[in-house]
Amino acid sequence: MSMYQDIILDHYRNPRNFGKLEKADHTVSVSNPLCGDKISMEIIEEGDIIHNIAFSGEGCAISKAAASMLTEYVKGKSKDELRKLDKSFIMEMLGLELSPNRIKCALLSWEALIKILSSTPLTAG
Amino acid sequence: MINVNQIKKDFPIFQHDPSLVYLDSCATSLKPKQVIDKIVEYYSQYCANIMRGIYKISEKATEEYEDTRKVVAEFINAYKPEEIIFTRNTTESINLVAYALGRQIIDSDSEVITSIMEHHSNFIPWQQLAFENAALLKVIDVDEEGCLKNMDRLEQIVTKKTKILALTYVSNVFGTINPIKEIVRKAKKINPQIITVIDAAQAVPHFKVDVQNLGCDFLAFSSHKMFGPTGVGVLWGRYDLLEKMYPFQYGGEMIEEVTLEKSVFQKPPHKYEAGTPNIADVIAFKEAIFYLKQIGADNVRTHEKNLTYYALKRLNEELLGKIKIFGPRKADDRVGVISFSVSGVHPHDIAQFLDEKNIAIRAGYHCAMPLHFFLNEGATARVSFQVYNSEEDVDKLVEELKEAIRTF
Repeated sequence: MSMYQDIILDHYRNPRNFGKLEKADHTVSVSNPLCGDKISMEIIEEGDIIHNIAFSGEGCAISKAAASMLTEYVKGKSKDELRKLDKSFIMEMLGLELSPNRIKCALLSWEALIKILSSTPLTAG
Repeated sequence: MINVNQIKKDFPIFQHDPSLVYLDSCATSLKPKQVIDKIVEYYSQYCANIMRGIYKISEKATEEYEDTRKVVAEFINAYKPEEIIFTRNTTESINLVAYALGRQIIDSDSEVITSIMEHHSNFIPWQQLAFENAALLKVIDVDEEGCLKNMDRLEQIVTKKTKILALTYVSNVFGTINPIKEIVRKAKKINPQIITVIDAAQAVPHFKVDVQNLGCDFLAFSSHKMFGPTGVGVLWGRYDLLEKMYPFQYGGEMIEEVTLEKSVFQKPPHKYEAGTPNIADVIAFKEAIFYLKQIGADNVRTHEKNLTYYALKRLNEELLGKIKIFGPRKADDRVGVISFSVSGVHPHDIAQFLDEKNIAIRAGYHCAMPLHFFLNEGATARVSFQVYNSEEDVDKLVEELKEAIRTF
């Protein structure tokens, strides 16, 4: 099976939530040392809920599609819920079997998400 | 002339995987049957440790091991076999010089010169050596065609304070063949004390390398890039320097006598080969040299120059405006290595897309991050050719690149 299924190519060509937010509450960036790709991620929060999210930067089809799909999923979810997401969630979301060298590409936006969640204070309760 | 179909029969991987288009010989070459058979021969017929056995199979193994040293010496036209040191790879060979000699001669008043086109293996050892000793690291730039800059004004770079000049013979990104003989001659004229270290990892698989003719002091390369096994590197050094240098590692096989108070080391090369070496792979390495010789260095060079010319022509004409090719424009000025980027398609996606068609290419920094930063490029894609590649392989590459551009 080709890695480049229509759904991946669609998210790559027309990435959702791509760009910058006005008045973001938090911004992080992460990079992939294997290829130098960088992703910046921004969120606007409402209490414990991610109200809006955007990402920017250059990347391969896998990293961009993963970021696009992940940001779609994240919107409206609570931070507590999102902190529980693990690597296998990303793999299932993409529906791909990736080689070790490409897993890093797929997980770049997830790393950004984990980083941005850990940079925001834990809510009480 | 090279008959690719005939040559492919020597490489068992093509029987296992007949449709494979292997375009990453710059990373490691494929291995001919002769080399693989020799490894099996050692393990099945005279598997014994070398140097110390007083029995037939150990003597046979020692003889085979030392015979490779002679073959390598002759291959690069060394003055004598004792100038050949076996290491793990080019990286270890260069580190050996940086540790065993560099730390003896570098102080805070010294300069070390390397270039921005180096593989990390010929960059970081010198960067760290300079850093640890507060010495000055000078880095030679490249021009827009991927050639070393200002080589006609070397006196502006090399000074009496320059202790080490470390350069690559061939760029693993651009394929550029550097005028090493000329640079070494000029550098020694400016400063006769200068030590010149040449990384020939990408040169030896492609054309005849002659250390006497080059006039350098050290030359490093790897077996695995020239049809030989992995795990064997070569350091050639001028014998008078090898005699003066510190050992690199201490332990078995490198000593003459050990007492509680002191140790007396062997003469080079054994002084630098502590511990049981990679016996099987060193023994098999000579088969790779025999194989290269049998094809003929000139034939290898002509074949890959023709392929490079053909590939550059097709890529430039048919992907015009969509592809950016790095390095010298003319095939004459480079070995069979072409790095490129395609607008709108990430190198990882190019490599992955091609892999789905069983075409193996490289994507990344190719262990040359400073060069990619200098070019202001992220990762790049790279193809490289060897004797088992044909114009048909280039055709498949070009067609699938077009398909990749349509897809993304």
